[in-house]
This record gives sequence, structure tokens and C-alpha cells, in this order.
Amino acid sequence: MTRLNLLLMGIVVVCALGVVTSQHRARKLYAELQNAQEQAKQMNTEYGQLQLEQSTWAMHARIEKIASERLHMRVPDPGKIQVVPLIPVAKRAGANS
Amino acid sequence: MMASVVTHKGQLPVRLPVWRTRTVLILLLIGLLVLIGRAVYLQGVNKDFLRMKGEARYSRVITLNAGRGKITDRNNEPLAISSPVESVAVNPREVDLSSGQAEKLAKLLDIKTRDLQKKLDESRDFVYLKRQLSPETAEKVLKLDIPGVFLQREYRRYYPDGEVTAHLLGFTDVNDNGQEGIELAYNHQLAGMDGSRRVLKDRLGNIIEGVESIRAPQEGQNITLSIDRNIQYLAYRELTAAVNANRAKAGAVVVLDAKTGEVLAIVNQPTYNPNNRVKNIQAGLTRNRVVTDIFEPGSTMKPFTAGFAIESGRFTPNTLIDTEGGKLSIGPATIHDAHPDGTLSVAQVIQKSSNVGAAKMALTLAPEYMYTGFSKLGFGKLPHSGFPGEVSGRLRPYQTWRPIEQATMAYGHGISVSLLQLARAYTVFASDGELRDISLMKQAQPMPSERVFSAHTAQALRSMLEMVVMPGGTAPRAQVMGYRVAGKTGTAHKLDGHGGYASDRYVASFVGFAPASDPRLIIAVMIDEPSAGQYYGGQVAAPVFSRIMAGALRMLGVSPDMPAQNMLLPPADAPEVREET
Repeated sequence: MTRLNLLLMGIVVVCALGVVTSQHRARKLYAELQNAQEQAKQMNTEYGQLQLEQSTWAMHARIEKIASERLHMRVPDPGKIQVVPLIPVAKRAGANS
Repeated sequence: MMASVVTHKGQLPVRLPVWRTRTVLILLLIGLLVLIGRAVYLQGVNKDFLRMKGEARYSRVITLNAGRGKITDRNNEPLAISSPVESVAVNPREVDLSSGQAEKLAKLLDIKTRDLQKKLDESRDFVYLKRQLSPETAEKVLKLDIPGVFLQREYRRYYPDGEVTAHLLGFTDVNDNGQEGIELAYNHQLAGMDGSRRVLKDRLGNIIEGVESIRAPQEGQNITLSIDRNIQYLAYRELTAAVNANRAKAGAVVVLDAKTGEVLAIVNQPTYNPNNRVKNIQAGLTRNRVVTDIFEPGSTMKPFTAGFAIESGRFTPNTLIDTEGGKLSIGPATIHDAHPDGTLSVAQVIQKSSNVGAAKMALTLAPEYMYTGFSKLGFGKLPHSGFPGEVSGRLRPYQTWRPIEQATMAYGHGISVSLLQLARAYTVFASDGELRDISLMKQAQPMPSERVFSAHTAQALRSMLEMVVMPGGTAPRAQVMGYRVAGKTGTAHKLDGHGGYASDRYVASFVGFAPASDPRLIIAVMIDEPSAGQYYGGQVAAPVFSRIMAGALRMLGVSPDMPAQNMLLPPADAPEVREET
């Protein structure tokens, strides 16, 4: 009888320790999750800021200015533009053969 | 408990008085009762309060911020983005400024020391010192390490395109609520809802366990507009150049996709920069004229009159009309043409923009017929673009029309429209007689449309409108290299506010579409009070149309429908074909 009791006692102690460790682990993981979520949010913010920056650099007025002033680019004369009509691939292949 | 005491040496027991035992018993019972009562009080009656107090030691409710959604153009280029900024707030009860700190703080925040002191004297728990600081300044404030002063994270709205999209997007107030434009119209979708959650925190303030979610945060939804950022910029640049060159009071351009009814660009002049709104936004400057202002359109209405006339069966494009040398008297009033002609066909009436011709056509029609036609074209009705402050324009009921009014309406006087309505009405020419609904949101499917003219009539009108931009028409300057273009000029006298027309103030306009063989874009240009000498629609508005159209067609990769050398401009010394109204 005493032996059985001792055995049960042992089991209870082991279980209790198990609860403690798993609770600890759960909290640790939760903290990690929190950090990850916070990081995700920060990255999202940074993404927005980078998008803003990109669109500021890519502003039309700026590109236009650089193209025409620094790179001396201009729209070609209409006479020098050759327009290539879009022909479906199958048709083109047929025409070649 | 002993009731009696037994003495030594076998003496007879001495009986103690009974009342002593009873007293002790009762006292003990009372003690027990008190304990039970207390237990009941703590466990039962006062349970909630105590539990709350206990939880307050370790559980916290934290707010989960939700950001405002982005606004992007049709190609997902950002047009409005919220970015976090710091605001400096203070709890005046806790604040403890050492000498010199007040000055330093005031200097950092760029406010007067006196104003700062006033804020610190307030008896609330929370006072903003300065909102929306740059992160660098916020950092410096934090380094001063003043108790009671803390940072509060907020979101500020940035508009990368500034002036270019100002009227379209509108702006938000300091609390991130939409005040104008798209920001206002779609505020409920863009705005996020802050959420909150109960968590357990340890001694160091780390969150160790999430207990429950009280309210999930709802991030603001992103909105994808039908606007094309490149075309928007192009339209802005050309409009600005034209408004400056003509010393005009204002100007507006709207670009529609003729196939889908999507609005590709809406620009206004004068404009403002929504990024530093506090300083330079005057009332009236924020109005999106394209949508909220009405004007008498003038001759740009003539194609519709011609359409009604042809639909009525009384006219064909070749029916001849005697324009009586450019003068027509109706009662006491006389209608004039800017340059008198003899007999013109219906097509020539449009090409040369003859008021008399248009009036004569209108007078053969029943007022009710014309009225129904105008309303079917969307005049006098809201265009339902989803933009706040939309106007329906002014189309008076036909029962009150007098003949002179019916005649002037034929060439766009006595009727008021917004530029958006006018551009939309031109979809009937671009899509074989069907009026298309318009949208500011990107659409997967073309917007629904409704038939107004027969396809035959619409095609006939399209070729008439093509003649307008050819030599002999009013707008050869609207031509675009490589494309067939069609459109109509308008030069309307402005109302003088006393029931008459101002003789020296005009609204010059041009509405047109290209390529004429298979219309893809509709562009409407309006220049208000050009005052640098030129004021005809064909001189002032048509070149703007041409440049925007040329650029936009190239950007969209629309195939040319003409050989490149198609600019048939009249010789420099040829007389200008002009119209008035």
C-alpha cells in the first residue's frame, strides 16, 4: 500500500515538473512570436517608407530632367519611328514557312 | 474543553460555575462565525473586485495600432502612404523640469517657452506638445530625459506626387481622417480600426502570454484607383504649361479610357501641395473643378445637337442648312456666328462650329425630345464617379424652355455641366452610341453602358468630329502625329453674374478622342479665362489635348492608325477658323 502511494506520489511530482517546463517553454515561444510580429510590422513600415523613397526618386519630373539635361535624350522624330504591329506567334510562323 | 477541574490528593472536585464554560464556548463560536463571514465576503461578495486587483498586477491591455491603407494607381504605384511619426506628449502632473530644460525642450519643438509653460500648467493627464515630428527630433527630445514627457506613435500621410494628385486624392487631417477627395470618399475603407488585447507581462515588461483578444485590429484596406500615374503627370505638366502661357485663372483636364469607362487622370490648376497642408491650403484651392464645378460648355455640345437631329430622321450628315450669313433672329435676340458662312451641311456646321446651324437644327426638335436626349447623356444628373461633392449640373425642365433658350442650348449656353460629365458624354461617340458609366476605381470588366444613339449616328458624328481637326475645321492644332483624332472645340463667354454674359471672359475647351478608327482615350481640356490674347478653344485648349493625347497613346502602346506624316496644318497665313460659344 505504501509502495503504491510512493509510486503515485512520484508520478505526481514528475507531472508537476512537466507542467512547469512546458509552461515555461510556451511563454518563451510566445515571446518569440511577439518579437517576430513586431519585426514584421516594422518591416512593413520600412517597406512603405522604401516605396515612398522609390517613388520620390522615380518622380516623372526628375527622370525627365535627367534624361533631357544630363543624358541629352529626346523623343525621336515621328518619321524615324517604325511601328511593328503585333502579329500572333502562330501566324508569323505560318508566314515564314 | 474541560467543564471541571480535578484536584490532587483525591479531594472532591470543585465544580466551576457553568457560565464560564458557556462564555468560552460562545466566544469561540463567535470567532468562528466571524472567520466564516470574512471568508464569504472575500470569496463571494467581493470576489470580482479582488480578482481584478490581482490581475492588474500582471495583466495588461495593450492597444494594437492599425495603419491607414495605401492608395495606389492602376499599376500599383503608390499615390498615398502612411508612415509612422512620433508626437511628443506630456503628463503635466508628472512633469518635472529642471532649470534650462524648458528652454531646451521649447527650442527642440520649435515653440515658444511661454506656450510650453501654458501647456504644462494644464490640469489634464495628457497634453500634446507637438505632433508629427521627424524621428531625429523625437530622438533628441527623448534624450533630454524629462520625466512625464513621452513619445506617442502616430501615422502621417505622404503623397509622393504632391501637387499632381492633390485634388484627386485630397488629404487627411492630423488624426488621419480623410478631409477631401478620395481620402474622404473612401475613408471607411482606408481607415484601420485599432484593436486591443489582454496579455500577461512579467516583471521586466515582457509579454509572456496572450490571455484574450478583446478586439482584433483591422488594418486599413488598400485602394487601387483607375488613375495612371504617368498619364496623370503628363496631363498635369501640359495643363500647367498651358495655364501659365495663357495666364489663365484656372484649368482642368480629365482623361477617360473609352473602352472601360475608367478615369485615367484628373488634374486641376491652380493646385497645392498636400504634404505641407497646414501652411498653404486656402479654401477653394482644394476644390476638384473637374467634378465639382459647372460651366457653360459652349460648342462642345453641338455634336449632341447634331446627333439628336440625325436621330430624329429630319437630317442626314449631308442635309444643307442655310446659316443666313451668320445671323439668326429669334424674337428680340440674335444669334451670331464668329465667321459668317452661307449654306453649310450638318457636317460642316460641326466642323466650322456654326451657332446658327446648330440653333436651326435644334428648333426643328420638340423640347421634350431634346431634354430626354440631354438627360440620357447624363446632363443634369450625377455622374456617380464616387467622388465627394459631385455636381449634377443644370438642365432646366423642358416645360420652361422658350425657343431662344432651346436654340442657345443647341450650342451649349443656358445649360451647365461639369467637365467630367462632358467627357463622359463623349463616350457615346467613342463606343458606337453607348454612354458608359465611369469609375475612379480600377475595374476588371468594362463599366456598363447604355445606348443613346444608334451605331450609325455615332459613326456619322465621329467622322464629323474628325473633320474638326482637319484644315478648315476649328482645331487643326489638336492633331496627333500618327493617329486619327476627332473632337470638338468650345469657346464660351462666361456668365457675368448679373444674368448676362461677360464680353471679355471666356472658357476655352476641347473634348476629343483618338484613335478615331477605334477610340481608346477621351480627353477633355478646359481653360478658364485665358488672358494672354488668345482665347479660342482651338488655340488654347486643342494644343493641350494634342500633347496629352500623343504622350498617353505612346505610353499605352496604342498602334497608330495613320502614316506618321499626317499633320495637315493649314498654311501659316491661312485665316483662323474660329467659333464663339
